[in-house]
Amino acid sequence: MMQEGLDDGPDFLSEEDRGPRAVNVDLQTDATLQVDISDALSERDKVKFTVHTKSTLPNFKQNEFSVVRQHEEFIWLHDSFVENEEYAGYIIPPAPPRPDFDASREKLQKLGEGEGSMTKEEFTKMKQELEAEYLAIFKKTVAMHEVFLCRVAAHPVLRKDLNFHVFLEYNQDLSVRGKNKKERLEDFFKNVVKSADGVLVAGVKDVDDFFEHEKTFLLEYHNRVKEASAKSDRKIRSHKNAADDINRIASTLYTLGTQDSTDLCKFFLKVSELFEKTRKIEARVAADEDLKLADLLKYYLRESQAAKDLLYRRGRALVDYENANKALDKARAKNKDVLQAETTQQVCCQKFEKISESAKQELIDFKTRRVAAFRKNLVELAELELKHAKGNLQLLQSCLGVLKGDT
Amino acid sequence: INRDTFDIQISVSDPEKVGDGMNAYMVYKVMTKTSLSIFSRDEVCVKRRFSDFLGLHSKLASKYMHMGYIVPPAPEKSIVGMTKVKVGKEDLSSVEFVEKRRSALERYLLRTVKHPALLKDPDVLQFLESSELPRAVSTQALSGAGILRMVNKAADAVNKMTIKMNESDAWFEEKQQQFENLDVQLRKLHASVESLVCHRKELSVNTASFAKSAAMLGNSEDHTALSRALSQLAEVEEKIDQLHQDQSYADFYLISELLGDYVRLITAVKGVFDQRMKAWAKWQDAQVMLQRKREAEAKLQYASKPDKLQQATDEIREWEGKVQQGERDFEQISKNIRREVGRFEKDRVKDFRVVIIKYLESLVHTQQQLIKYWEAFLPEAKAIA
Repeated sequence: MMQEGLDDGPDFLSEEDRGPRAVNVDLQTDATLQVDISDALSERDKVKFTVHTKSTLPNFKQNEFSVVRQHEEFIWLHDSFVENEEYAGYIIPPAPPRPDFDASREKLQKLGEGEGSMTKEEFTKMKQELEAEYLAIFKKTVAMHEVFLCRVAAHPVLRKDLNFHVFLEYNQDLSVRGKNKKERLEDFFKNVVKSADGVLVAGVKDVDDFFEHEKTFLLEYHNRVKEASAKSDRKIRSHKNAADDINRIASTLYTLGTQDSTDLCKFFLKVSELFEKTRKIEARVAADEDLKLADLLKYYLRESQAAKDLLYRRGRALVDYENANKALDKARAKNKDVLQAETTQQVCCQKFEKISESAKQELIDFKTRRVAAFRKNLVELAELELKHAKGNLQLLQSCLGVLKGDT
Repeated sequence: INRDTFDIQISVSDPEKVGDGMNAYMVYKVMTKTSLSIFSRDEVCVKRRFSDFLGLHSKLASKYMHMGYIVPPAPEKSIVGMTKVKVGKEDLSSVEFVEKRRSALERYLLRTVKHPALLKDPDVLQFLESSELPRAVSTQALSGAGILRMVNKAADAVNKMTIKMNESDAWFEEKQQQFENLDVQLRKLHASVESLVCHRKELSVNTASFAKSAAMLGNSEDHTALSRALSQLAEVEEKIDQLHQDQSYADFYLISELLGDYVRLITAVKGVFDQRMKAWAKWQDAQVMLQRKREAEAKLQYASKPDKLQQATDEIREWEGKVQQGERDFEQISKNIRREVGRFEKDRVKDFRVVIIKYLESLVHTQQQLIKYWEAFLPEAKAIA
């Protein structure tokens, strides 16, 4: 299924491979529109995703079809949602992060350079591990791109978006180049203005209790998730480092076992074998924590930002509405351009109310999704931690039994 | 009761700082409990400082190394570590340093008295029993570096040997190669374990940090059940952080220090092999000298210088004696080394077995605790509704 020109490492993540890969989001699979990433190819500096759609909707020419898309095209789709005024009242599903194999590639390159300084066994071992790491990152980026599409497909309004349909169906290159320097600078300034505005808007106390509460909650929650995400990454990295050390220890013990002239040779070989196995479990623990905890936090960091963006847009609409009210009062007082002012005020009022209505539902859904996702992942995390600890314990105890019996 | 069965317990404890500033030093309580008859009392307590230990080792090394005895090396000096203690830094690293040193000194003494010849040595007895000990001077020479220099001098002598030793005994060649290999691997293992200790400490710190952030996240979460579960997760992670810390101590004190000790011990073993070669060289040199004296005497037979002739004859007898002594010494050191290596290997097997089993038991405990913590958390996670 995955063709990357790399060995498919140990049966690492294959349990998660089967079935819906959307581990982070609790989504209802709807027969009218099902989207998934059925294949992916990693080339030198880009990843090609095969987006596979099954639909009974009349909008599409066929019931089942596939196209190939790259990361930039996902970003184009996301940005088109953000820029669409009609969608101002929805939480836009966060864009998937850019596939980043730089670190992994660098490590593989360093390994190649250092090949002369280690034994053949060590080299093969390290190569296998780095390849497994590469594969894990690869599977993750596929999952993140898939989650984005599934969120869109599950959204009652966004699923009908024309660009989305083009994205799914148009079997040629969408020719969306990445933003050039000028455009990226524009984006940067837009964001600066937004955050300044954000402070302004955040300062205005909302009449509506629901939104006031949501604003306070989201501002704090977003920061806390950011912190927790960073800390969990660091923790998992330390865990991986420790597992690497145990790997080296196992190798050296093996060499000692083959060389020792005393009874210790059997001892060392047995312990080396033990550490080989426990190390694999430790690496698995780190990988599972990464998937169930770190990825969960990263996702909700992006989602909470998208929710904040929604609140910002509503806040902007509120300010516009209030300004329109003031302008109308002024116009009436001066009796000048009253009709125009009335129209503007109507438009602003409608826009604000439309956004408020859908925003409320969106935020409620956000909470429901969030709670479900955390529950699912925390339960799975605990179950996996238990599974691995029990596995480790069994290995340790059986080895101890043999070693103690040998004396 | 056989009062001479190996029955001796030594503990090094209660480090106490004496004096202030750069002249300060640590004093340790050395307590010996024994039923052996060579000791004057069943239980004796003395106060010793680090240089006293170095002094003891230096005396033992100079007495016994050239005979082929493997004298356990003393712990390393540490200028950085000690300066921190002197300057009065009461932080965690100085406390750890003192504890590390105390433990190393204790292991050093235990290894020393385990050696049947060293146990009976008067310097050892004086060290353990005498309330006053003459201050060991010029500890520079007594430091690990000093001993290393002595060992290196022997190695140099070996390297400068003009005639390569014709090893008639394959046992020695084989053993030397084995210790060489063991040295390489133990150093490698030691480095990996030190790295593990470091990373486990890091893991502990990062887990604690994550626990705090999870607690904060739980506080800000407005869904009650989820908020509660996140707080529980934070508690679990806090407990796990403590586990990592404890495990890291076990990594260090059980495995890392053992490996460090053995790396130093093997240097001492290699040292006695070099001493044997030095003895062999001395014997060979004596034979060469004897030959020269005989040639000199032969020449003088035709020179009719009766005084010189007599002198030459005397010198021949002198060197004949030296040759015989050289051969005896060489055979004696060879015999001693065989015995010492046998004893060393037996101890090594026992040490590693005991320590590794203890270490695995510590790993078992960690996993059992992990299971306990996660089993308590799982229902909390499932309770999120």
